[in-house]
Amino acid sequence: MLWHGMGFAFAALWIIPFVWVARTAFLPKESAITSGWFQGWTFDNLINVWHAAPFGQYFLNTLLVCGVVLAVQFVTLTMAAYAFARVRFAGRDLIFLLFLVQIMVPPDILIFSNYQVLNEMGLLDTKLAIMLPYFASSFGIFLLRQSFKQLPYELEEAACVEGASRLHILSRIYVPLSRPVYVSFAIVSVSFHWNDFLWPLIVTNSDSNRLLTVGLAMFAKSTESGAQWSDVSAATLIVAAPLMVGFLLFQRQVIGSFMHSGIKG
Amino acid sequence: MGAGWTGKLKRNGFGWGLILPSLLFLCLFTYYPMLKAAWLSLYEQNLATPEPVFVGLGNYANLLKDPVFLKVFGNNIWFAVGTVPASLGLAFLMALFADKAIKGRAIARLAFFYPNMIPMIAVANIWLFLYTPHFGLFARLAAWIADQPVNLLGTPDTVMGALIVMMIWKEAGYFMIFYLAGMQQIPKDLYEAAAVHGVGTWASIRRITIPLTMPTTLFVAVIAVTNSFKLVDHLWIMTKGGPNHASNLLLYYIYETSFNFYDQGMAAAMTVVMIALLLLISSLQFFGWDRKIHYE
Repeated sequence: MLWHGMGFAFAALWIIPFVWVARTAFLPKESAITSGWFQGWTFDNLINVWHAAPFGQYFLNTLLVCGVVLAVQFVTLTMAAYAFARVRFAGRDLIFLLFLVQIMVPPDILIFSNYQVLNEMGLLDTKLAIMLPYFASSFGIFLLRQSFKQLPYELEEAACVEGASRLHILSRIYVPLSRPVYVSFAIVSVSFHWNDFLWPLIVTNSDSNRLLTVGLAMFAKSTESGAQWSDVSAATLIVAAPLMVGFLLFQRQVIGSFMHSGIKG
Repeated sequence: MGAGWTGKLKRNGFGWGLILPSLLFLCLFTYYPMLKAAWLSLYEQNLATPEPVFVGLGNYANLLKDPVFLKVFGNNIWFAVGTVPASLGLAFLMALFADKAIKGRAIARLAFFYPNMIPMIAVANIWLFLYTPHFGLFARLAAWIADQPVNLLGTPDTVMGALIVMMIWKEAGYFMIFYLAGMQQIPKDLYEAAAVHGVGTWASIRRITIPLTMPTTLFVAVIAVTNSFKLVDHLWIMTKGGPNHASNLLLYYIYETSFNFYDQGMAAAMTVVMIALLLLISSLQFFGWDRKIHYE
């Protein structure tokens, strides 16, 4: 009983920040900074904010970046994970070690140097510049390799006997059987790129390439005084809502796929 | 023999072909930038010296003399010490609770995990609001405790603590998921056997759950340490590293040095220091800790 009480108390504590913002987003400006709860709910803040900055454009940009990165990652991950799990080639262990380093030093750490690399390539202020450093993910390769290794080798042998090519086996056996891993990696990847801020801020500087997070930060910066908190809260809610709703709807599958994807270190 | 050779060649070609795309991006955006930073760190290049001048290890010597860098470095160590053990410990407790409690388990998991679904920038906005003097919930709470208005983010003594609390709030739920996965893989009959032998709940947690989730702890600890060194978005919104560098962390200082002060040599040198530090810590974790872990 005590155990449960503590657990739920903690859960309640964790929700407070979100409740506070949601409350502020739906209260009229005048009452946002007082303590009252029931001074008339309103959608005005959300509507004002949506028209105050090109959030629609930011939404599309963010969707595009997340989608393309994920699509490319799926291809590169699948190929590399299969090679590391099931193909014996010279230098495999050494190369694997090289990939390990990317987990310890992720691209976020290298903002300064990666900016210069993209400058050399002449790609600054493009959406491609936001995406390129993330096209290969060691984290994903590790997850998927583990899952591929757990599949019985007999499946592959049987298919081989029937004359299926290895690429065919990869796409027809390995990929479908590792679906939970793909789902959990997709969640990690999409929420990372949906939420990433400093890198998109550095490499882009025009509205047409700006992402949601950068737009929100610019918007928050432009409204400093206390009375504007209702606007900032509304904008925060707009940006956070899509992933929150997605998580609420698929909560069971999301956590289930994490647990079945063999993330155990 | 001949057929064996072509078979080997084919297999090697196939393997290398499969990893080639990933390897290409890895070289272009991990290894090439690392080498480039190491190279640039040997040159002085800033607003005063637009053409790079070779200075050897001069930038590193300057770093050791730079009081701001030393402060930021120390800050980051404290930030890691303050966040990593606390969020790991909390994550473990959350997972125990979310694993066992039957009713309301889904809600508890959602409550713990949702901070990770919100953009960092939105998280920063939320906490900035909570800490804002007079309006913010936590600022009001602190004012009530201290009996006077408190500016939690504007005071050098409290700003780091405020950031650490926020980081733990965000990270614990993420690590909980990994612990949940680890706990699900512990065979249930171990606990049943323990119960039959009269081992209590706490003892079985200490003797079964903790040792058998050690691989998870190692993996999560590596990620937690890396995360504590790459925090930068929150600082941009909440404090800009202030007041008086009290909340400045390494990556934010690198960002400031390269994009606000345009001092490329120093930014490169700091990048190299940071890479070396991260590689050192994580290899210590991997090779030192790994031996003590009981694998099933």
